[in-house]
Amino acid sequence: MTIAFPKPDEAVLARRREIIEGLGRLVASEALIVSEDERRAFETDGLTSYRRIPLAVVLPSTTDEVSAVMRFCREHGVRIVPRGAGTSLCGGAIPQEDAIVLGVAKMNRVIDVDFEGRTARVQSGITNLGISQAVAHEGFFYAPDPSSQLACTIAGNIAMNSGGAHCLKYGVTTNNLLGVTVVLLDGTVVEIGGEHLDSAGYDLLGLVCGSEGQLGVVTEAVVRILRAAEGARPALFGFEKAEDAGACVAAIIGAGIIPVALEYMDKPAIQICEAFAHAGYPLDVEAMLIVEVEGSDQEIEDMLRRIVAIAEPFRPKTMKVSQSEAESAAIWKGRKSAFGATGRVADYICMDGTIPTGQLPYVLRRIDEIVKSYGLGVANVFHAGDGNLHPLVMFNTNQPGEMEKAEKAGEDILRLCVEVGGCLTGEHGVGIEKRDLMTCQFNAVDLEQQMRVRGVFDPGWLLNPAKVFPLEGRLVA
Amino acid sequence: MTVHTPRDEQDASAIIREAAENGTLLNLAGNGTKASMGRPNQTDATISSTALTGVTLYEPAELVISARSGTPVLEVMRVLAAKGQELPFEPMDYRWLLGSKGEPTIGAVAAMNISGPRRIMAGAARDSLIGVRFVNGRGEAVKSGGRVMKNVTGLDLVKLMAGSWGTLGFLTEVTFKVLPKQERMATLVIRGLDDRQAIEALSIALGSPFDVTGAAHIPDRDRRGGSTLIRLEGFRVSVDYRMNELRRLLKRFRFMDLLEGNGAEALWQSVRDASLLPDHGDRAIWRVSTAPTKGPEFAAQVAGALDAQWFYDWGGGLLWISTPADGDAGASVLREATKAFGGHATLVRAPAEIRSTLDVFEPQPEALMALSRGIKASFDPAGILNPGRMYAGV
Repeated sequence: MTIAFPKPDEAVLARRREIIEGLGRLVASEALIVSEDERRAFETDGLTSYRRIPLAVVLPSTTDEVSAVMRFCREHGVRIVPRGAGTSLCGGAIPQEDAIVLGVAKMNRVIDVDFEGRTARVQSGITNLGISQAVAHEGFFYAPDPSSQLACTIAGNIAMNSGGAHCLKYGVTTNNLLGVTVVLLDGTVVEIGGEHLDSAGYDLLGLVCGSEGQLGVVTEAVVRILRAAEGARPALFGFEKAEDAGACVAAIIGAGIIPVALEYMDKPAIQICEAFAHAGYPLDVEAMLIVEVEGSDQEIEDMLRRIVAIAEPFRPKTMKVSQSEAESAAIWKGRKSAFGATGRVADYICMDGTIPTGQLPYVLRRIDEIVKSYGLGVANVFHAGDGNLHPLVMFNTNQPGEMEKAEKAGEDILRLCVEVGGCLTGEHGVGIEKRDLMTCQFNAVDLEQQMRVRGVFDPGWLLNPAKVFPLEGRLVA
Repeated sequence: MTVHTPRDEQDASAIIREAAENGTLLNLAGNGTKASMGRPNQTDATISSTALTGVTLYEPAELVISARSGTPVLEVMRVLAAKGQELPFEPMDYRWLLGSKGEPTIGAVAAMNISGPRRIMAGAARDSLIGVRFVNGRGEAVKSGGRVMKNVTGLDLVKLMAGSWGTLGFLTEVTFKVLPKQERMATLVIRGLDDRQAIEALSIALGSPFDVTGAAHIPDRDRRGGSTLIRLEGFRVSVDYRMNELRRLLKRFRFMDLLEGNGAEALWQSVRDASLLPDHGDRAIWRVSTAPTKGPEFAAQVAGALDAQWFYDWGGGLLWISTPADGDAGASVLREATKAFGGHATLVRAPAEIRSTLDVFEPQPEALMALSRGIKASFDPAGILNPGRMYAGV
């Protein structure tokens, strides 16, 4: 528990009753949560080791209500922690005692789908998978697919610029977003973008995406929907050495092939996931790649033939092409449940650094050394095509001091990612988790420029204030 | 007028810091091939990226290339082509339209978010731009993003820099995600469709699972029909299969040909560069982005009020419109249409007298303009970088 929260503002805590009364006048009574028991449900997110009970929770049903609440909070100096489904792995939605949680989960409708124009307008509390389900009957889907897609909201995806296993081909949230309705801190409702491509003026859409709830609250979004491929099939390749798997990835891309997904798992991850999903993963290899290609049967066969030929010089110990829908589903179930399955065997923290893929063998070796030096274990799952690593540093929360060791190991791993030319976070966001590491990726000038832009939207640090930027050295307007 | 040509980032910092202290208004430039775009503005000196050249990093297996901002686009493309790769977003070359000479720079591609037909499939320049280094209006060297393609660390200033037309900072280095050049390209040409039918056909193609990478329609001058272009790119086996499937999907449109080879490449280049507009260099040119299905109504409304010619890219969502270069060059008509159908219109080419009297870029609602002014001030408090090039006060 090494991450500090700002000291709660006593003056705000003292006004709690008055603040709740004020909020009560703005939203329906069922939208305002004040009892301690009910507030406790919002005390954390996917980073469950940190918990803070918020002052109150507001769950509005309309953009107007969001606007009224934000205007009120600004006037009364009340901090706001925006929340989607609370699945953030970096603590992006963890509250603080002197803040209200402003959740968009009740605003979860599809407003309009235009199949001809290939766009969908949705309220931001809809789940990621909910969008795909709403357009599936016409063969369409929404492309970014974070592992939490069953639960996470598009609001949270926009806040974190979320990715997923298939973004090698389809891009991340920012590449699939056409417009947003944003409520600014003073209650002003602005429309950015729309049903068209590219914005007029500055790319405010690109700025809002990934801003971790610090610029405003998104209540509606226009996303691109895509027609799904005719079919998709994964293949498994097991290697005796991490180096061989890494070289195989480079060779596939070097041959001009961009698979729709290219996933890497190391031995511990393979064993944990196989025990959970019974996907037929090879248990006697050091590294495994899941390579998925899309298209018609004929195209898939052609592509897999090419990939097998490319892989052969790297002496894969196993090569297995999925033969059925059920087998494909099992292969993906194993990968997508990597976090959950690891949770069955140990406590863990999930890192999210990105590295230049050429550095893979070196970084994996170093991760192993780092984790061992703390006396802990690690399982690695990794979006190999784009260099996005997810080392799961395992520990036992009942052993005093182990969690702190895991956090330290995680920090060392992220520093390593930056050192080799990568970054702290590829798709989860900074949140509170990586806030204090920002200075190893950015110098003071870089961070100040970001904070100055942030300050245009929220000069007084009322929006999700404990996150993203180190608590020291903040620019206050 | 003084022209500064910094040789590195420190040079650029010193020049801009001094300009900020003295209130010297700077024109930010590469080789000046697009100098006649945007609002005409008054500046005291030019800072040019022409001495900042060269590819600084290229890792084909990691799909990433970095270059100093003054590197010619041609050079970047040549380096990529040697390894069978390309810029995914197919940047347009404005020289034909603007009648300019010299080599466009990669920095301008980032600064103006310049894309081409493949934008519908592969995203815009801003989607491939993964890292920037720039000098802000304080003279500070700032970096954002990096060289890895998945990166959500901190506020995405890369996106802000893309398409900010040099009003926020002087780019010194840009990093792009790149993709393999495809083995085969083939284009299906449907003839004889009017605008509405054409956009319908393009929407069917774009709504298919076949990854269409180009979707354009060029109306005939008599407006009775035209050429509707649908492009596929990929491995040979795949393009052959998909082309057959597309033909089946679109069979009710009847008059179809397949176009391949140099002719097809040249055609897509003319779509990309908007050189399909019948033009003698004396008309105004507008670029409109709207919802693809709104394209035909948009064009019809403009044509009802003006002597206009046009063609569509991006499945109908990008309209290139030529109008008479007198009065307001059709601005009031175009702006009414963007209000009615959504999207935005940019006056790409018109005499400076016209561009100085009207909004070259789509006017923004006041709340967005207020944010834009705030953002400008956060990068360039003295207002010395390309002041007014996009909007008054920005």
